[in-house]
Amino acid sequence: MDNGTDRSAASVRAVEIGVAAAILLFGLVVVIDSYRLGARWGDDGPQPGYFPLYVGLLICASAVTILLRGWRNAALSDESFVSREELKKILTVLVPTVVYVSLIAYLGFYLASTLYIAYFMWQLGKYPWVKIVPVAVGVSVVFFLIFEVWFQVPLPKGPLEAALGLG
Amino acid sequence: MEEINALLGGFGVALSPLNLVLMFVGVILGIIIGVLPGLGGANGVAILLPLTFSMAQQPGGTTSAIILLSCIYWGALFGGAITSILFNIPGEPWSVATTFDGHPLAQQGRAGSALTAAFTSSFVGALIAVIMITFLSPVVAGFALKFGPPEFFAVYLLTFCAFVGMSGGNAAKTVASMMIGFALAAVGLDSVTGTLRLTFGFTSLLKGFDFLIAVIGLFGIGEILETLEEGLAFKGANAKINMKVVLETWKELPRYWATSLRSSAVGCFMGIVPGGATPASFMSYGLARRLSKDGRDFGNGKVEGVVAPETAAHAAGTSALLPMITLGVPGSPTAAVLLGGLLIWGLQPGPLLFVEKPDFVWGLIASMYLGNIAGLIVVLTCVPLFAAILRIPFSIIAPVIIVICAIGAYTVHNSMFDVYLMVVFGVIGYAFKKLGYPLAPMVLALVLGDRAEENFRNAIKGSQGDLMVFFSNGLVGGLTALALLLLFWPLIRTLLRTLQGKRTA
Repeated sequence: MDNGTDRSAASVRAVEIGVAAAILLFGLVVVIDSYRLGARWGDDGPQPGYFPLYVGLLICASAVTILLRGWRNAALSDESFVSREELKKILTVLVPTVVYVSLIAYLGFYLASTLYIAYFMWQLGKYPWVKIVPVAVGVSVVFFLIFEVWFQVPLPKGPLEAALGLG
Repeated sequence: MEEINALLGGFGVALSPLNLVLMFVGVILGIIIGVLPGLGGANGVAILLPLTFSMAQQPGGTTSAIILLSCIYWGALFGGAITSILFNIPGEPWSVATTFDGHPLAQQGRAGSALTAAFTSSFVGALIAVIMITFLSPVVAGFALKFGPPEFFAVYLLTFCAFVGMSGGNAAKTVASMMIGFALAAVGLDSVTGTLRLTFGFTSLLKGFDFLIAVIGLFGIGEILETLEEGLAFKGANAKINMKVVLETWKELPRYWATSLRSSAVGCFMGIVPGGATPASFMSYGLARRLSKDGRDFGNGKVEGVVAPETAAHAAGTSALLPMITLGVPGSPTAAVLLGGLLIWGLQPGPLLFVEKPDFVWGLIASMYLGNIAGLIVVLTCVPLFAAILRIPFSIIAPVIIVICAIGAYTVHNSMFDVYLMVVFGVIGYAFKKLGYPLAPMVLALVLGDRAEENFRNAIKGSQGDLMVFFSNGLVGGLTALALLLLFWPLIRTLLRTLQGKRTA
């Protein structure tokens, strides 16, 4: 669906085929590993790969069906899976989310979460800093009280908690 | 009348002060979860499950824990109706049919009656389903006590075949999604032989994939990504509701008793079949439109058009717990998460539960009655508060929800790897949803995979590898035949139609 302003970034057909191919690959991995483990009848019953082998074969079969159907259905090429505008929006959330979860290990849960919420409000919500700081810090403090104090479920901590003597 | 006595005992358990408080806490949390985008019954319960680990270790704690979690489920079911009617956003797939008449009503300024009708009929649907559970589950459990591995595998087979045959979507995609779930369930240490499967030398894969992580990622992160695409602003109708509107609507509701009863029946029946809530809500909406005398006005804001899908969805959502507690086979993703909870707390779901832990089972059933009453009171009095949650800007609520998901994923095993995995599942969930792969079969396969495989292996071990063991007696043969019938139902139906067409032609 090309309408000039918001062009498609990928057609449904392309994504359908791509995902089906990925599933097929996954199915093949399952089948190969099941063979390695032994998928026959052992001395004392079915070998460990017996059940997964059929699971893998069914994955492959369904993936091939979806792939062929997508291949033959040319109409799907005109249908947009995701427009450029939409993809941009998704990436503005997905990329910071990936950064956020990888930062947790270094900064600890609470500091990383504060930065993440602040970034979101600044980038997507265009809030002034006077609103961002209290909300982002407040949410993390509430989570700290709920998890560390009330439920006593420890979450990963970083240098900040160590400096404050809470770690 | 043994059931009545057992149920009264259950009320004794459920009515303790602690459990009553947990009931209200659960319902309120559930409604919030149902209202928020990205959080639904399944992942809401999954995120809160780790918080019950320590609770479940105290004496009688498992009952309190299940009461808390199941009340979150009831709350989430109620919450779905709020977003459907006020914001035209179905919180759960089975609330889609509620938007057809609910949202037009809200736009006409009759949001109060639409909400009252939705909540009341939800309550009626759930109540009828609970009554059915009360009397039917001991029977089913007693029957299932005779089950051996072949029968249990046949029940699992029936569950999964029903998904393929009844889903109505693309069968290949249903199979693919389900089998990916089974494959992921097989990853890690094989419990029978002690060999490592599908780990490829990665130590983080030794424990295998936890379905809770999958649920949080698939339904939580995936849904946030999807919501983003549709735009960041929610425009909602006003949520004014007062006693006058409630009483007026209640006066109107008895007129729809026939729709109510029919929808409850559809819901109860479809709920036992996995994935049944969504088709049940559509089916009873369609039936009501066809059978009502002002069926032509459906879609322009008829209270009856809200009553039908809501009653059916709640009846189905509730009766989905019947196979969960009696057979250990969940009827919906949320029931699957609850089942996972039972396993983590060290309970074996299935027929033996009725014999070994009657306090737990009957406490749970009694809490279903009380939890729905609590839910009705809470939603009728606090709707504006809950609707206000959706007015919090998306740029604040979205990161907070993702942080909550991350905390939930981490606390399952205290492992950062699970948090990374959650993001991966989120992207998979987004792509799968947009391409029309159903997610529920994958979650169910992940939960049941190990048990299904174990029963399959034990069954064919007993028969020395002969697959005819699944037809060896009337019981298992009947179950297997029914499973195959459901699996090929779309084919059989087309065949029957062509035959009929030929005869009439």
